[in-house]
Amino acid sequence: MTETKGSGSTNLSRRSLLKAGLAGSGAALATGALPAAARAEGDPLITEIQDWNRYLGEGVQARPYGTPSQFESHVVRRDVEWLTASTESSVNFTPLHELDGIITPNGLCFERHHGGIAEINPADHRLMINGLVDRQMVFTMEDLMRFPRENRVYFLECAANSGMEWRGAQLNGCQYTHGMIHCVVYTGVPLKLILEEAGLKTNAKWLMPEGADASAMTRSVPMEKALDDCLVAFKMNGEALRPEQGYPLRLVVPGWEGNMWVKWLRRIEVGDEPWHHREETSKYTDLLETGKARRFTWVMDPKSVITSPSPQAPVRHGKGPMVISGVAWSGNGRITRVDVSIDGGRNWQTARIDGPSLPKAMHRFYLDIDWDGSDLLLQSRAMDENGYFQPTKNELRAARGENSIYHNNSIQTWYVQADGTVENVEVG
Amino acid sequence: MSKLVKSILISSALLSGAGFGATLVSADDSGKFGLGREATPAEVAAWDIDIRPDGQGLPVGSGNVLDGEELYTNACAVCHGDFGEGVGRWPVLAGGHDTLTHERPEKTIGSYWPYLSTVYDYVRRAMPYGDARSLSDDDVYAITAYLLYLNDIVLDEDFVLSNENFLEIRLPNERNFTPDDRDQEPFYAAKTEPCMTDCKDGPVQITMRARILDVTPGTVDDDAAAGVGGVD
Repeated sequence: MTETKGSGSTNLSRRSLLKAGLAGSGAALATGALPAAARAEGDPLITEIQDWNRYLGEGVQARPYGTPSQFESHVVRRDVEWLTASTESSVNFTPLHELDGIITPNGLCFERHHGGIAEINPADHRLMINGLVDRQMVFTMEDLMRFPRENRVYFLECAANSGMEWRGAQLNGCQYTHGMIHCVVYTGVPLKLILEEAGLKTNAKWLMPEGADASAMTRSVPMEKALDDCLVAFKMNGEALRPEQGYPLRLVVPGWEGNMWVKWLRRIEVGDEPWHHREETSKYTDLLETGKARRFTWVMDPKSVITSPSPQAPVRHGKGPMVISGVAWSGNGRITRVDVSIDGGRNWQTARIDGPSLPKAMHRFYLDIDWDGSDLLLQSRAMDENGYFQPTKNELRAARGENSIYHNNSIQTWYVQADGTVENVEVG
Repeated sequence: MSKLVKSILISSALLSGAGFGATLVSADDSGKFGLGREATPAEVAAWDIDIRPDGQGLPVGSGNVLDGEELYTNACAVCHGDFGEGVGRWPVLAGGHDTLTHERPEKTIGSYWPYLSTVYDYVRRAMPYGDARSLSDDDVYAITAYLLYLNDIVLDEDFVLSNENFLEIRLPNERNFTPDDRDQEPFYAAKTEPCMTDCKDGPVQITMRARILDVTPGTVDDDAAAGVGGVD
């Protein structure tokens, strides 16, 4: 299956782009599409008065809850139908290729449910603390809103993000290869305060958060983490959690795999041993080549991906100035550096990180290049403040084999061809 | 002191004093804000349904393989198959022995799951899919017993599983789970500066292309096309 770069037809990729409706919208944007005659007279979008310049637009309250422009209707979460048996226990993906900055809009945050979206009136919601506490307690949402609260920005990544790529390049688009992640600002109560309200017994070592949904999701969380930086959150990006993100209450477990961030949080049991429930035994354990499996692999290690150009965001402008844009994150803390290669990992340049650099939050990086129009093999490599950097796909497979599914944080390669199409590839 | 000064002093005392009833809130010496209320025993019992490998949480009860087969056939087989083989992409529950080192491992209760308590807990809290919490405790014992039978962990059709003998059953793969030691992997343990220039000999070759498989949504005419890998 080895090919040298540049060989082979690009027809399929073009057809794919047209079917996805991406190439069509792109053509209208390009100034090159203007006929020669029109160019001589000037751009009619400038020389002729446009409707939006003449007639009144909609007034205030026409859109009491604002939505994106009609011209952004393609910017949506998407799923991969063949991946799961039912939509209620499934996943969709954040359109990373359409986003910039570090904050994910609430309506675009990927979804992962195990029993569908629970619809809960906050007046009917309760949080119970039971087990190894001095006093087993019940809190209403109103009670929780009276604790001192904090605002913190964190990424949430599903442990299975990039899981379909363990055995090789498979999906064309960073939405599918890397889109099980989002990053928002949470408002919530430090879990520590709620646990102290109930009073921890001296042998309290583990927590078991539980969801109120039809899967009654449970995970075991060690006490050190709970007392360190976990939040019980009720807002994201300033507004109430979206139903698909656990409205009215979810657990925030910064830097650790998304499955632990229990949504529709209704109970926290305190214990002296982990529970070894379904989502931490049969799932979310990492089967190695030896047949052994790692468990309690909580931290999401450093990872990055170039979001543009990428297969769903091809280059439409030809050679000249090009913005290479991407995101990086690490469950170990801040991203200290992102290197970008345009030749498949032979040579690297350090990219520019722009915007806030917060621990366990998404980071935005850019590399501004002057493209000569030749083929590129784009890669990005993140380093975190723990001194870890992303392994290559081959390094990761050498260490873990191909059956791990979870925690694939290896370096992604995009093959940018002279015509601007971009493909997900692997390199030697 | 003039009348005016006195009245100014009085009003400022009122403004800054306890008249508005607010001080900064803080937890008391024991770290408490006085929020929430005590849970009643009935409330705790209603939600505290979790089971641990040491048996904590197991309800009193029992169920046998044959009753389990009937329950399973009615409530579970539509997704998991008559013999736990899985229908379509629904989870496979039985078989897969000695496949964990294969290219396509079959991770079932018998081949992979470390603890039987996980089966009881999960069936009790989340199954049947779409009708959770509809099974009695004895039903869950019976279904668990049948799953042991489907996995050849118990061979006797008359086997009865109960809270009394539950801890005697050990699943074969328990010893194959290990702690997280990713920090020992060479690329993390080294903590060396990564190479920046001339890191590979000669031009880089493409070894694999996603379009060979082409399972990206919207790119294939055949909706049945499916790739490999999973999210769960």
